[in-house]
Amino acid sequence: MAEILSLRDAVAQLVHDGDTVALEGFTHLIPHAAGQEIIRQRRKDLTLVRMTPDIVYDQLIGAGCARKLIFSWGGNPGVGSLHRFRDAVQNAWPVPLEIEEHSHAGMANRYVAGASGLPFAVLRGYTGTDLPKHTDTIKPITCPFTGEQLTAVPAINPDVAIIHAQRADRAGNVQIWGLVGVQKEAVLASKRSIVTVEEVVDELEPVPGQVILPSWAVTAVAEVPRGAHPSYAQGYYDRDNEYYEFWDSIGRNRDSFEQWLDEKVFGMEAAK
Amino acid sequence: MTATTEERTYTSDEMMSIAAARALGGGQRCFVGIGLPSTAANLARRTHAPDLVLIYESGTLGSKPGRLPASIGDGILAETADAVISVPEVFNYWLQPGRIDVGFLGAAQLDKFGNINTTVIGDDYANPKVRLPGAGGAPEIAASCHEVYVVVRQSRRSFVDKVDFVTSFGHGSGKGDREKLGLRGAGPTLVITDLGVFRPDPGTSELVLTEIHDGVTVEQVREATGWDLKISPELSTTTPPTEAELKALRELKAAK
Repeated sequence: MAEILSLRDAVAQLVHDGDTVALEGFTHLIPHAAGQEIIRQRRKDLTLVRMTPDIVYDQLIGAGCARKLIFSWGGNPGVGSLHRFRDAVQNAWPVPLEIEEHSHAGMANRYVAGASGLPFAVLRGYTGTDLPKHTDTIKPITCPFTGEQLTAVPAINPDVAIIHAQRADRAGNVQIWGLVGVQKEAVLASKRSIVTVEEVVDELEPVPGQVILPSWAVTAVAEVPRGAHPSYAQGYYDRDNEYYEFWDSIGRNRDSFEQWLDEKVFGMEAAK
Repeated sequence: MTATTEERTYTSDEMMSIAAARALGGGQRCFVGIGLPSTAANLARRTHAPDLVLIYESGTLGSKPGRLPASIGDGILAETADAVISVPEVFNYWLQPGRIDVGFLGAAQLDKFGNINTTVIGDDYANPKVRLPGAGGAPEIAASCHEVYVVVRQSRRSFVDKVDFVTSFGHGSGKGDREKLGLRGAGPTLVITDLGVFRPDPGTSELVLTEIHDGVTVEQVREATGWDLKISPELSTTTPPTEAELKALRELKAAK
C-alpha cells in the first residue's frame, strides 16, 4: 500500500545516489517539484531516464545530479535548446554526462517491456537511422514466425519512477487524466515509485479517460499543489508558457543558472 | 527572410506556411510535428481542409485547436481531441501499422535525398559541434506514414549534401534504399521551404526544385542549397498567398 509522505521524506527514503530514476510526464504533469527536491537533497551519480528531458532534467543535469541520461528528445518544447544539457554533453559541465539515445517509439516500448515483466520489446523502429551505431541498446531481431527483420530494445526497469497526478485518495490510490503519456508504464516498470499529487481527497470522483493506479502499485504519495509547474495539471492550472521562455534565459549561462539554483532551490525551504 | 519586393505584403515564412498548408488535403490523417509543421497543419484545417485529422505524439487523435499549440503537449490538443491515448498506444497502435497518411516533420538539416538530422551537427557524435534535441517521434514517423512532408527554412546550413547524422531516414543514398530496408511508407515526397517546393526525382529520389515562390530567383535557391541543385523542367511559380490565407494564418498566430 502506498504511504502518504511529505515530498522531502519520499525523496529521502526512496531516491538514492547512483539510482536509475525516471521522472515521467509527457509535457503534461511533469513532476518539477520532485525534481527540485532531488537537487535540494544533493543526489548524485543518477542515471536519469525520461523520453523528453525538458526543463526538469536541464535543472537536474545543470545541478550535477546525473551521470547518465537515457532519453529520446532533449529540448525546451516550443522554445529551443536545453542549454544545461548541451553544456554537459559538449563541455562536460558541471560533470560529464553519458548519453543513451533512443526514439520515442523505442523508449515507450522499453517502458512497456519493463511494465510487462519482459526482457525486451519488439518494434518497427530505427531502420536506416544512425542511432543503432551509437546506442548499443538497439539491436536487430528476426521474427521467429515470418523471418522478418525487426528491432529489439531492452526493458527499462528504473529503481524509482516519479510522476505527478491530479489526485490521490487517503488510501493512496492515484487518479490521472488528460494526456497520460507513459506514466503508468513508468510506475509499473520501476522497483519503487513516488507520485506527487495536486491534492489528497476523501474520494476519487470518476473523470472520463482516467487512469487509476491502485495504492498497492505505488510506493509513496506526496501532496504537492502546483507540483507540475511550469508544466500543467489539467483541471487545476494551465501550462506556464512564459516560464519556458524565461528558462531559456536562465539556463543559457552557468552564472544565471547557479544563481537560480541558489535562490530558487537551495534557498527555498525543503518541501514539507 | 522578409520579402524583397516593396509591394509584397507577406513574409517568406508566411509563404512557406501557406504553401505547406496547401499540400494537405481534406480527410487526410496527419501526424504533426511541433513548430512549422503544426502551424501549416492547423492553417490547412482552418482554411481548405476542415476535416484534416491532426495526430500529435503526446497522445491526441483528431485535435481541433482554435489557436496554435505552444507545444505538442499543449492542453488544448487534448481538450479538443476525438480521443486521448497513451504514448505507447500512439506509436504502437496508430503509427506503426500504417494508419497515418502524412507525417509532417521539421528538420535542422535535410539532405538531397530527404534524410533528416535533428541529433548532432558535426561528424563526431561523441563530441558534437552542436547538440540538437534528438529524434523524438520522427524516425518512426518517417518510416511508417504513407508519405512524409518536410517543412524547413532553407539555407546552406540546413540544406546539405549529406546530413551529419541520419535521425530519420528519407531516401538514404537514392532510389530503392527504402525498399531494401523494408520500409513501408514512401518517405519524403514533398519538401517546402521559404524559397520553394522540392520533390524527389522519380528516377533517382534526389530532391529537385519543382516550384519557386513568387519573387524568388533560381539563383537565390541555388545559393541556399548545399548541393548541385537540379531544377525541374516543369518548374512553376507558387501562387502567392491569398488575402484569406494570410488572414487565417495571422489570426491563428495571434490567438492566445
